[in-house]
Amino acid sequence: MSDSARPHNSLVAVRGLSFSRGDNKIFTDVSMDFERGKITAIMGPSGTGKTTLLKLIGGQLRPAHGSVTVDGSNVHRLRRSELFVLRKRMGMLFQSGALLTDMNVYDNVAFPLREHTHLPESMIRTLVLMKLQAVGLRGARNLMPNELSGGMARRVALARAIALDPMMIMYDEPFTGQDPISKGVLVHLIKSLNETLGLTSIIVSHDVHETSAIADYIYVVSDGKVIGEGTPSEIQSSPSEWVQQFMDGSADGPVHFHYPAKDLQDDLMSSGKRY
Amino acid sequence: MMDFIQYLGRNTLSSFTKLGRATFFLLHTTAGIFDILPRPRLLLNQLYSVGVLSFLIISISGLFVGMVLGLQGFYILSDFGAEETLGVMVAASLVRELGPVVSALLFAGRAGSALTAEIGLMKATEQLSGMEMMAVDPIKRIISPRFLAGFISMPLLAALFSAVGIIGGQIVGSGLLGVDEGAYWSQMQAKLDFQDDIVNGVIKSLVFGFVTSWIALFEGYDAIPTSEGVSRATTRTVVNSAFSILGLDFILTALMFGDD
Repeated sequence: MSDSARPHNSLVAVRGLSFSRGDNKIFTDVSMDFERGKITAIMGPSGTGKTTLLKLIGGQLRPAHGSVTVDGSNVHRLRRSELFVLRKRMGMLFQSGALLTDMNVYDNVAFPLREHTHLPESMIRTLVLMKLQAVGLRGARNLMPNELSGGMARRVALARAIALDPMMIMYDEPFTGQDPISKGVLVHLIKSLNETLGLTSIIVSHDVHETSAIADYIYVVSDGKVIGEGTPSEIQSSPSEWVQQFMDGSADGPVHFHYPAKDLQDDLMSSGKRY
Repeated sequence: MMDFIQYLGRNTLSSFTKLGRATFFLLHTTAGIFDILPRPRLLLNQLYSVGVLSFLIISISGLFVGMVLGLQGFYILSDFGAEETLGVMVAASLVRELGPVVSALLFAGRAGSALTAEIGLMKATEQLSGMEMMAVDPIKRIISPRFLAGFISMPLLAALFSAVGIIGGQIVGSGLLGVDEGAYWSQMQAKLDFQDDIVNGVIKSLVFGFVTSWIALFEGYDAIPTSEGVSRATTRTVVNSAFSILGLDFILTALMFGDD
């Protein structure tokens, strides 16, 4: 797809991004746009650096080349204090939830409010209960993180991520390891929060079905490059064999079932020396 | 041979970069102390978990070390008919050396390892990253209060260790072996110097508290965020703290008592 078909009213713009870990190139010259008020998904197999991309957008990692612009500010040119001001307007939902384990659900959601505002405790209580109500966990406010199921922990983390009413939320693999009901709940929550709060959402995921159901635009990433992009229906009908394999979940195709190895017969007939 | 030189070079470089990271970490941590002063609750919580929870191990160890000193001291001093000076010997050993050193070693094993594991696991479970993304500086919010708590707790724990040890020495010396109780205490009061003995002991324990907390927190923060990484970091905390405490003790002792 040409650049002209890309969204123009973008909140986040990634341009010519390259990033490596040691000799391992994670991204090479990647460009993406994330439109305001929409849900944009980044899909691709595990280990393609999708989480790394979120960390690059959030300014936790620094790219070798290229730029990331969030609401007009070049994230990697900002001073630390300016970056922190920007981050107050960016929510992030980590795969594990990243709840603070020494605090209960209520205090976890109240944490950003207590750190960044001087609101009276009565006001904080009202806000926390409203956020917990939005994710359906007002009744779980006194539980500790270790008493929560994985799905509940992610919903609490979501309530915490929206505590400061951010302009955008980044979801890191929100559906991984969830049972069908939790997945359904999260799909519904992401969609409804995006609409009611007017958020811009970025979802990193490899769950094709759930993500396609709510995404407005999808980027498919592999080997550090964008190999396909478009609306969910455009992606479904993509001519690329690779994208088709990923969307259909086929065991073999451009991505081989076998990890690179020498010929099976040679291997079986060899001395069996341990390496 | 080339491999060995490469290995040596690589290790030297990585040691220096680690030292550099640790120094930046320390500067960042000490700068963060000013931000927690208006929030004393953060410090109080850490004083409890780092300091108060170490009370028991420090008191019991102090008691036994004092009792052993009482026994050993009595056997040696009684050969010279100088058992009345047992109080001086026990108190000077504890206040000058054993109090600061042994309590720092125990502190590294009890509180230091716990700090490393806690911070390392917070890193592994993305709690520190999560905090950064919430625009909260984890060094100021998590590390600085723990660092200050370790620094404050150490001299207090060392004082507790010495105090309980002196009582232990008295229990064995006068209670069991018959050293005159009045002589035990009065000789101690007469011979121990505030500046030379007590202040120097406190300075030592402040230094040990500073170094042990720094090592423990840095190792946790710098840990590879896996179970193996955290376990290695915890081991490094205990080993490096022990080396640092014993090495610094020699240097400090030489500086403090060298002129006498």
